Amino acid sequence: MSASSNTPLLAIRSLRAAYGKIEALKGVDLDISAGEIVALIGANGAGKSTLMMTIFGRPRARAGRIEFDGQDITGVPTHEIARLRIAQSPEGRRIFPRMSVAENLQMGADATDSSEADRASGLERVFALFPRLKERMTQRGGTLSGGEQQMLAIGRALMSRPRLLMLDEPSLGLAPLIARQIFDAIRTLNRQDGLTVLIVEQNANHALKLAHRGYVMVNGLITLSGTGSELLQRPEIRAAYLEGGRRE
Amino acid sequence: MSAPPAAQTSRAPGAAFILKKALISAFVALVLFSLMIGVRTEAGPQGQLIYWTRFGDLAAMVAAVFGGSIIVELLRQWWGPVGTVRIVPPSVQTTLAVARRGIAPVLLVFTFLVPVLFYDERYILDLAILVLTYVMLGWGLNVVVGLAGLLDLGYVAFYAVGAYSYALLATNFGLSFWICLPLAGILAAFWGVLLGFPVLRLRGDYLAIVTLAFGEIIRLVLINWQTLTGGPNGVTGIPRPTLFGIPLTPADDGLAALLGIEFSPTHRIVFLFYIILALALLTNWVTIRLRRLPLGRAWEALREDEVACRALGINTTTTKLTAFATGAMFGGIAGAFFATRQGFISPESFTFHESALVLAIVVLGGMGSQLGVALAALAMIGGFELFRGLDQYRMLVFGMAMVLLMIWRPRGLIGHRAPTVFLKSNQAISSDLVKEGHG
Repeated sequence: MSASSNTPLLAIRSLRAAYGKIEALKGVDLDISAGEIVALIGANGAGKSTLMMTIFGRPRARAGRIEFDGQDITGVPTHEIARLRIAQSPEGRRIFPRMSVAENLQMGADATDSSEADRASGLERVFALFPRLKERMTQRGGTLSGGEQQMLAIGRALMSRPRLLMLDEPSLGLAPLIARQIFDAIRTLNRQDGLTVLIVEQNANHALKLAHRGYVMVNGLITLSGTGSELLQRPEIRAAYLEGGRRE
Repeated sequence: MSAPPAAQTSRAPGAAFILKKALISAFVALVLFSLMIGVRTEAGPQGQLIYWTRFGDLAAMVAAVFGGSIIVELLRQWWGPVGTVRIVPPSVQTTLAVARRGIAPVLLVFTFLVPVLFYDERYILDLAILVLTYVMLGWGLNVVVGLAGLLDLGYVAFYAVGAYSYALLATNFGLSFWICLPLAGILAAFWGVLLGFPVLRLRGDYLAIVTLAFGEIIRLVLINWQTLTGGPNGVTGIPRPTLFGIPLTPADDGLAALLGIEFSPTHRIVFLFYIILALALLTNWVTIRLRRLPLGRAWEALREDEVACRALGINTTTTKLTAFATGAMFGGIAGAFFATRQGFISPESFTFHESALVLAIVVLGGMGSQLGVALAALAMIGGFELFRGLDQYRMLVFGMAMVLLMIWRPRGLIGHRAPTVFLKSNQAISSDLVKEGHG
């Protein structure tokens, strides 16, 4: 999959964002082509989550430009960005604990005025991907295990039939086996439906193996980019994110 | 009890343990009772101290404690572990489930029959109207606090706006109750949005303080804007509601004269009763309908997790404002009813105490549960009347009952939340299965 030949689905140019006086993004450039999985890796506090949230409109960009499918979405309110069918699965899963699994999934469809038929096909798709959720349908979100909650969070995001799915740390706090299941599901989504995915991860090894391309972020700037396997071979990446971290 | 024998033997303490425990209990009893029972003191005829010892009684008490401790331990062993698993027979469970499903219709039918059953008892009719007013207020606040999770301590402000809207429109412009009723609702909803805007970014304690202040502002404006509201003197001579323009008076064009029956002041009370019952049921119906729409679901999702709502692209601004407006509208309509029932309103009726009472009804009922709120309103207002005979201990007993209720049912009378999205089978999940602190 070549990223340069066609115009990117999401194009970010010299994007800046800040929390008060603290600059979190200091001029970020990033491209995602349709049908690609792009991994964004980096240490704690590098600005990965901020980048993802800024794409979604909150916090607002201080400078720079975000284009989705040729349309400028810089400064567009969050709920309107969701209408363009960009979906987000936030860090820490954040499912609705007192609502049932079915209601949680329905919440994902509500924001994008989807029809009854869309809802039904969306549910089919989610249940095909995560059969566990079908068994747990009437159960409350808060009673699910961590892995199931992550499945629910991804399923909920999928209910809006996204063109771009953004996942923030989907493997956070999960057992390695469950994390692998989640990554497998993302790969399946990409291969079968051609879904475009931006994945933010601390688990660099998993994420880069999954992704077509990766970006490395340090202190609010992109310092390296390349294909997933290229990045995995780079000695500085191995030193910073792999050898020091979890080994396979 | 059919506890597994292995667990029985491993848990059963030996004779040494039982003896040790009994000895410790006996020692504690000896220390405690040596002065309480062992020595008896009394004031003599000249005021001097007379005392005598009762070592026999003391010995008997300590022996009783020693023996009792051994018996309790042995009983505990024979009984097996208690309180870890509660086994409710299926027959009791099904009976309870039927009772739970049946309670709402039974209550509704009973409420409809109240004026028939208690026609001659003015006190009960007045109390029933009061209870229904609070049921409606509770259901209104339930939208804001129970569903959307926005802690509102100034709900009385909307009650006041509704009451004064009707009172002023009726006395100044001669508008009828039925025209003013929706107007009062709209005006209160407008004030709800007005309160909503500045508090959009606030949650929890901060929101509570701002709404508390808002309630006070409205009350102070009512007291001080004398030219409009009459200040502390309030508004008098608020007209009574009519039945399609027919007044319920002893006059010649009154309802009684038209129907050719003898006039009785109870007619008006019964009429008021059915008005508030209809208004309360309307509130309930609208809330139940809204809960099944995306808007109502968004309210509940907002209560659960605001960040997740934003991540799903839900417009949290409109979600919050609609919750405030809807809750305020019902409060305003209840206020208009209050004004027409009393015939007189003053700022004294709209103190923080009312807000606290309505909030207590919502919390005691179980946040978000319609039936729970109705039961809590009945318990709070009716219970308060029930304890009237206790005079100065009324508040004490009432407060204790509330504390006990919250210990017994920390999620309120009806803590269980019925799901609104059904895909295949409809199965309720008890709140007991969900961990606390996430609601």
